[in-house]
Amino acid sequence: MTVADEKKALICLIAGLLRDCNHVAVGAASPIPGAAALLAKAAWGSPKHVNILGSVANNFFTGGGGELFDCAAQGRIDAFFLGGGQIDGKANINLMGLGDYPKSSPRWPGTFGSAYLYFLIPKVILFREEHSRRTLVEKVDFISAPGTSADHIYRKGGPFGLITSKAFFRFDKDKERFRLVSVHPTSSLEDILDNTGFHFDYSEDTPETPSPDPELLAILDRDVRQKVAEVYPNFADAIFPMTSGVEHVK
Amino acid sequence: MSSPTNITPIDELAGAVPDGAKVAVPADYAGVSMAATRALIRRRVRSLHLVGVPTSGLQAELLIGAGCVTTLESSALTLGEYGPAPRFTKAVRDGSIRLIDATCPAIHAGLQASQKGTPFIPLRGILGSDILKNHPDWKVIQNPFAEDDDPIVAIPAIRPDIALFHAPLADRDGNVWLGRKRELVNMTHASKTAFVTVDAISETSLFETEEMAAGVLPALYVGKIAVAPNGSWPLPFWNGAQGDDSHMRRYMEMAASDSGFEDYLEQFVFGESAMA
Repeated sequence: MTVADEKKALICLIAGLLRDCNHVAVGAASPIPGAAALLAKAAWGSPKHVNILGSVANNFFTGGGGELFDCAAQGRIDAFFLGGGQIDGKANINLMGLGDYPKSSPRWPGTFGSAYLYFLIPKVILFREEHSRRTLVEKVDFISAPGTSADHIYRKGGPFGLITSKAFFRFDKDKERFRLVSVHPTSSLEDILDNTGFHFDYSEDTPETPSPDPELLAILDRDVRQKVAEVYPNFADAIFPMTSGVEHVK
Repeated sequence: MSSPTNITPIDELAGAVPDGAKVAVPADYAGVSMAATRALIRRRVRSLHLVGVPTSGLQAELLIGAGCVTTLESSALTLGEYGPAPRFTKAVRDGSIRLIDATCPAIHAGLQASQKGTPFIPLRGILGSDILKNHPDWKVIQNPFAEDDDPIVAIPAIRPDIALFHAPLADRDGNVWLGRKRELVNMTHASKTAFVTVDAISETSLFETEEMAAGVLPALYVGKIAVAPNGSWPLPFWNGAQGDDSHMRRYMEMAASDSGFEDYLEQFVFGESAMA
C-alpha cells in the first residue's frame, strides 16, 4: 500500500461518516477531511452543503468570519473536524502548546474556534494522522477544548470519534473513554497498544478497517480530483500521481 | 464628510498609528495590509496591542519579530502549511510578549459588543477550556432568564483604536469596497477608525450601482486610505493575487535565526522604499 493509497483509504473512511449530514464545514488546512466531504457530496449528494473555510470558490458564506460560529450555534452544521498537537483519553484537545502556559515550548498556533465548535456541532470527528504516544496522551498539557462537560453545561455537540493513520476509535460519552472500532490494514492491535498514550476499550478480535469501496475510489480519482486540486493543490499532487503506478509524494 | 485628503502616502498612514495603539487586523485570508505592516516597522512603531480577527499570521509574526508588539490578543497565530512561526515561537518561549489567547467566536463577539455599544455579549461553549481560566477579562455569569443553573461566558467589548486592512478599491469620497468580507465591516464598526490600503482608486462612486454598494464600507468609518497595489504581498489576496510561495519559503529559512531575521527586515522592509 503506497502512502497515496493510505490517504485515499482515510478519505473514503471519513466520507462514509458524513453521509448522514446536511452541512459539513472543514478548515482550510485539512485536506483529508476536506477531500472526504467533497467525495461524499459527489458520491451521494449528501452532505448537500460543504463549506471549506479559507477557500474562495468553496466557501458560500456571505456574512463574514462570524457566520460559521453563528451557524454552529443554531445547529446548522452537522459535522466538523478538529485535531490538535495532543489528544487525550477523555477527548480533551490541546492546540496551544506543550509545557507551562503561557510560556509554552513549543507554542502551537492557538485554540482557533475549537473551544466553541466542540460544544455545538453534533458530530465532531477528531482527526490526527500521527498516531504516537507524543500525540495521543493520557492528559493534555493545556485544554483548548474539553471532550466532556458536566450535565448542567449547555452542550449540543462533542467528539464522535478519532481517526488516525493507524485506527478508528469511537468516543463513549458516558464512559468518557475511547473504544477501538477497527485497525487499519497497515497496523495491528499490538502496534496500536504500543503507540497510544491513553487507555481505551478494545476487544482482542477488533476487526480490520474495511478497504475502500472500489466504486468510491473511482469517484474520488475521476470526479473529485479536480475539486480537491482547486482547494489543496500540494495535497492533490501528492495523492493523484501524474504518472500512474509511480509514487509521487511531495 | 470625508475628503480626498484622506488618501495619503503609505508612510504617512503608518505614521498616524500611535505607539501603544490597539490595532485590529484580519486573518491571512481576509485581506491583510502587509504594505502597511512594513511601513509600521519602518517607522519603528512600539507597544502595539494587536487584535487578530479572529487570528493573525505573517503580519503579527513580522511585527513581533521587529519588537513592535507588547500584547497579542488572538485565537491563533498561524503561517499555515509553512509551519511554526519562528519569531512568535521565540517570543512566547522568552515571555517577551503578553498573550491574550481567545477563541474565534469570542473575538467576533467582543467586536460585536463594541459595535453595539454594549458592555459584553454572552457566548455558549468555552466552559472548561483553559483559555477561560487564563483570559484576563472573561467572566462566567448565570443566564438571567434560566430557572436552573445555566452558566454562560460574558465576553466584554473589544474596542480597537484602529482597524487596519487591505481592500481592492476605494473611491474619491473615501468609501471602500470589500465585497463579502463582512468581518472587515464588523471590525471597523467596532474600532474608533479604519486605516485601509487599496489596490486602486475608483474615479466613480462605489455607490453608483447596488451590486457594488452592497459591499461598501462607508467613508464615515474610514480615517485614512493609502494606495498600495498588491498590498497583501506576500500573502494571498481574496480578490486577486496568489500567495508568493517562494518568498514564504525564503522567509521561513531567513527567520529561523535572529541574524537571518534582521537580514530579512533590511532587505524586504527597510529596503522596500528604495526598491519601489
